[in-house]
This record gives sequence, C-alpha cells and structure tokens, in this order.
Amino acid sequence: MLELFKTFFQIGLFTIGGGYAMIPLIEQKVVDEQGWVSRNELLDLIAVAQSCPGIFAVNISIFIGNKLRGNKGALVSALGTCLPSFLCILMIALIFQQFRENIWVEHFFRGIRPAVVALILLPVFRMAASAKLNRYNAWIPIAAAFLIWMFGVSPIFVVVAAGILGYVYGKYLKEDPGNP
Amino acid sequence: MITLLLQLFWTFFLIGLFGFGGGYAMISMIQGEVVGHYHWMTMGQFTDIVAVSQSTPGPIGINSATYVGYTSMVNAGYSPAWGVLGSFVATFAVVLPSFVLMLLVSKFLMKYRHHPSVEHVFAGLRPAVIGLLLAAALLLMNGENFGSAGENPWRFWLSLFLFCFAFIGQKVYRLGPILIILLCGLAGIVLGL
Repeated sequence: MLELFKTFFQIGLFTIGGGYAMIPLIEQKVVDEQGWVSRNELLDLIAVAQSCPGIFAVNISIFIGNKLRGNKGALVSALGTCLPSFLCILMIALIFQQFRENIWVEHFFRGIRPAVVALILLPVFRMAASAKLNRYNAWIPIAAAFLIWMFGVSPIFVVVAAGILGYVYGKYLKEDPGNP
Repeated sequence: MITLLLQLFWTFFLIGLFGFGGGYAMISMIQGEVVGHYHWMTMGQFTDIVAVSQSTPGPIGINSATYVGYTSMVNAGYSPAWGVLGSFVATFAVVLPSFVLMLLVSKFLMKYRHHPSVEHVFAGLRPAVIGLLLAAALLLMNGENFGSAGENPWRFWLSLFLFCFAFIGQKVYRLGPILIILLCGLAGIVLGL
C-alpha cells in the first residue's frame, strides 16, 4: 500500500508537462522496479487509457492500484498521483496572490501568454498527423473548432455529439466497412 | 458560496467524464466552461493558469483543475482558505469519473476495444478532439493576451514575435515548453511588454 502511494507520488512529482512525458517514468517504476505489471500489459493499458476520458496518469494509477489492492489500492494510487500537483499549485497560487500587482510579474506573464497560445496550437498538428486525417474526415475538426470558436458551443457538447455521430454513421450509414 | 462550489464540482465532473484526448483537450473544455460559460475569470487569467500548469510537476489536467478551483473562489471574493477548498472540490471532481471508468475498463474495454461499435465512436471522437485544441488556441488569440495593434502596437507586434518564436522553437528546434515559457517571460521583463 505504502509502496503504491510512494511510487505514484514520485511519478506525479517528477514529471513536468504531463501526459505522455510520464510514460517512460511509469514504465521504469511500475515494470522494471516494482514488477507490478508486465511490459505488454502496460502497453495495452497505455493504449486503452489514451482512449479513455480523464487524466491519463490518474487512469493508469487507478488501474494498477485496483489490480493490486482493489478499491483501496486504487484510491491510494490516485491520491499519490494527484497530491504533488495539488500541493505545488496551491503553493504557487498563494504566493502569486501576493505578487499579482507587481509590475515585473505582470511583464513576465505578458511575455508568456503568446507562447502559451503557440504551445496549445502545436499539438493540433501533431494530433492531426497521428489521427490519420484524410479528405473524408478533415472537415470534422474544422467544424468542431468553428462551432466552439464562433458560436460558443460547449466543447463538452461537441465531444459527446462527435462520439454519437461517429457511432450512428459507422453503424447505419457507412457503405464500405473497410474505409473509415 | 455553496452554489459556486457545487457548480465547480459539476463542471469538473463533466470535464473528467468527457475529457477525451488528454490534457490540452481538457484545457479547451475548462476554457469553455470556466471562461466562456460561467465567467469565473478572464481569458488572460486563464492563460496564466495554463502557463503555470504546463511548467509545474504533474498532469496538466490536475494542475489546471487545482488552480482554476482556487482562482474561481478568490475571484468571487472569498478568502484564500476558501480558495483551497475550491481547489480540492475541482480536483476531486475531475478525478472521480476515472474511478468508475477504470473499473469498467478493467472489466470490459480491455476486451472490447477492437469491437466495431467502439471503433465507430472513436472515429468521430478523434478528429473532433483536434478541433477542440484548435478552438482553444483561436479563443486565446485575443486582445488580453496579445494587446491590440491600434492601442499598443509595440506590445502587439512583440507578442506576435514571441508567439512565432515559441511555435518555431518547439516545432523546429524541439525546445522544451518550460524553457520556452521562461525565455518569453524574461523577454517580457527585459523589453517592458
């Protein structure tokens, strides 16, 4: 139990950038050091956790915790993953509160803001390549972005609708099953 | 205050439940609810939160939930102690659906992930998630983050330059996000942005 907490606490603490940056450390800790799951099992788990909603690292920690020690194990592992983030951010939030009006801090964040926009734009291209967009489905991201950007449609609604439409289309409308 | 806490809980519960596509897609959802729908903070404040979430340890989804929970409470006029409670509620709510989901996954999805119905759903989901990211980036390109060319051309063009620097720096030269954020922040100070 304590090992579960400690391992996932370290995983939460030592990975910056989140998500896929965590995979190598998770692999090292969970497969090589602890031997809780085999490498193939972990690969399967990563593939599934990527297609699940929610936070990737948390999903993996819950799955492994649950496998080893049931519900309590899942709880302990999730807590271990979240706690470093939670404490770190609270510390920053409380400190930032004091310096919000400070002119240097303001300049600093004004410089950062355009960079953040670029860093959010970049995964669009990366994901477009890995999702194998083609001329039949390339309109979907554009329509989704347009609905959210111009018409203020909630992204949650867009995701739910896209899942339902994908199901209906695949099940009832698609003629050639070999071609997505 | 109870209303705000309940709204925080419900919002982040939904985001945890439908947050397909990883941290950045979640950012888009948080933006849609927290800035677009509830107006708990401005787009500029939200951008700062994303910057901090990217450059601190831990998953971006957890970091931003914690920070948004805190900021929403404090912006509404409550003390930082209540802000901590807001953080807790938002973080707890965003993680909660994962427990149920992963239980189902360990029972079913591991077996059925190549089932046609599951693949149909994802054939619609995956492209849409890319649209979410695109929308998030477009929504962030506003006057609060870039300044306006008419009022303050120096800030506007400099912001545009930093945007291009960050884009090319990561895409072509593979600089890490933290390094890019620090460099742009320093440029902001030195150049008096």
